[in-house]
Amino acid sequence: MDAMTSNLATEALAQRLRAHAVRMTNAARASHVGSCLSMADILAVLYGAAMRYDPARPDWEARDRLVVSKGHAAAIVYAALAEAGFIAVSELATYAQNGSRLAGHVTRTVPGVELSTGSLGHGLPVAAGMALAAKRAGADWRAFCIVSDGELDEGSNWEAIQFAQHARLDSLVAIIDYNKIQSFGTVAEVSDLHPLADKFRAFNWGVREIDGHDHAALTEALTAGPALAGRPTAVVAHTVKGKGVSFMEDRLAWHYKNPDDEQVIAALAELGAD
Amino acid sequence: MRNETVAALTAYAGANPDVMLLTADLGYSVLEQFAEKLPEQYCNVGVCEQAMVGIAAGLALSGKRVALYSIANFPTLRCLEQLRNDVCYHDLPVTVISVGGGLAYGSQGYTHHGLEDLGIMAALPNMAVTCPADPHEAEELLPQLMERRGPAYLRLGRAGEPVLHEAGTPVTLGRAAILRRGSDVALLATGPILARALAAADALADEGISATVASFPAISPLDEAAIAELAAGHRALLTIEEHSIHGGFGSRVADLLMERGAGVRMAKWGTTDALRGQVGSQAWLLDQLPPIAARAKALL
Repeated sequence: MDAMTSNLATEALAQRLRAHAVRMTNAARASHVGSCLSMADILAVLYGAAMRYDPARPDWEARDRLVVSKGHAAAIVYAALAEAGFIAVSELATYAQNGSRLAGHVTRTVPGVELSTGSLGHGLPVAAGMALAAKRAGADWRAFCIVSDGELDEGSNWEAIQFAQHARLDSLVAIIDYNKIQSFGTVAEVSDLHPLADKFRAFNWGVREIDGHDHAALTEALTAGPALAGRPTAVVAHTVKGKGVSFMEDRLAWHYKNPDDEQVIAALAELGAD
Repeated sequence: MRNETVAALTAYAGANPDVMLLTADLGYSVLEQFAEKLPEQYCNVGVCEQAMVGIAAGLALSGKRVALYSIANFPTLRCLEQLRNDVCYHDLPVTVISVGGGLAYGSQGYTHHGLEDLGIMAALPNMAVTCPADPHEAEELLPQLMERRGPAYLRLGRAGEPVLHEAGTPVTLGRAAILRRGSDVALLATGPILARALAAADALADEGISATVASFPAISPLDEAAIAELAAGHRALLTIEEHSIHGGFGSRVADLLMERGAGVRMAKWGTTDALRGQVGSQAWLLDQLPPIAARAKALL
């Protein structure tokens, strides 16, 4: 597949993931749809172009690992696993329902999930541990970790960021879903991360700063090797919370609200879904 | 007992290349024996206990069994949520080894006193919680915890604890050991404070009181059968631990006796808030608490 065809395929996948997330959060009356939509393109490129995996063998030793540290974006993670073939698309209707295995935060009992998350600041240290295991084993699989911007307030991330560069974990890739909105307001208002890319550079990480909705840029950033030889890579992905649904975009309220039935119809129309 | 434990871990890891040891930059003059023999299985992650537990979970999810080493509250309370979510929720083979349990770091002060760890660790799901009394219990427990392939906590004293068991005494995870048999009162001890329990039994004997002394190297799994037997065979039980009297070994024994409706008098001997802020050696601090023998006698 040439690059342009690949981008078209992952862009279409991203829109399907968004449509799933809108339907799932509506059916479950669940929060965090805005957090899901901002990382749809990242997930689509990871599963559609960048990662090595086999849905028939979720425990395949040589697979690339993805830790989703922003576990509240569970709906779109399960949607991505369904589209990738780990679970049935029909199971998405059980999201956050009684007795379902699709918990409201990312849960490892779902095939393809590497780590249960939900409390922020847990994913990156674990992904660093995975990358350390790969390095000690001389294996070539990579450890990706998606972190939100707000969760970078957690000190445990910076412990891992410091450790990972010292340990030369060059198979570790942290993807920051930098949508600029956290729980109580904008990142700039609550605890400003600017200049975020420079923070990673100062920690001796290689940095790729990109538009997190540009599939060509995402594919390049997530398939290339380390941005700095021998060091972990931070992909600072500038995103828009609620991306793809005009009335959700860049709106704090959609961290909490779930779309009602009319809003679902409007959102799906914008996403080109039924 | 830390040196014996690290020697046992080094031997075990030498035979099991899937075992790794992480430290958060503590263990100077203790961990070198492991690091020099097995450098590929060792990693000093720096002073970062939260990340250390996460890294351990990542290693365990990648097929490793991981031992963590630090002191007092650092590898337990500092990183409690990582232990709960990353390790216990995922039921991973991670063994936390903490040196300086109880008041072992005496005059270093309250930050270095581990007085709530047993109760808090035992509240976590799937967590085996052990508190060996002497080097023999520690080196016997270590491989059993590794073989168990689940979350575990090994709370050690420091260095120079006397061997209290006779040579060759079997130590089994979840089983108590009777060191002395009596008939009036049973002293149930966990950890190196067992030495004081044995001394208390001597003092009680001088007063004509016959005391049983039992060692409980594990809080979880708790040897419930042994506790039931001791309750049935004595007029009173006294639990003894170098840990807060709230929520630890004694509380778990009390829970069990209450649930079973055992009609036996029971009290807990342990640390109280009176020690907070006091400066002194481990022995001196323990001496500030009411004597064990007097507490046992008062039960009869």
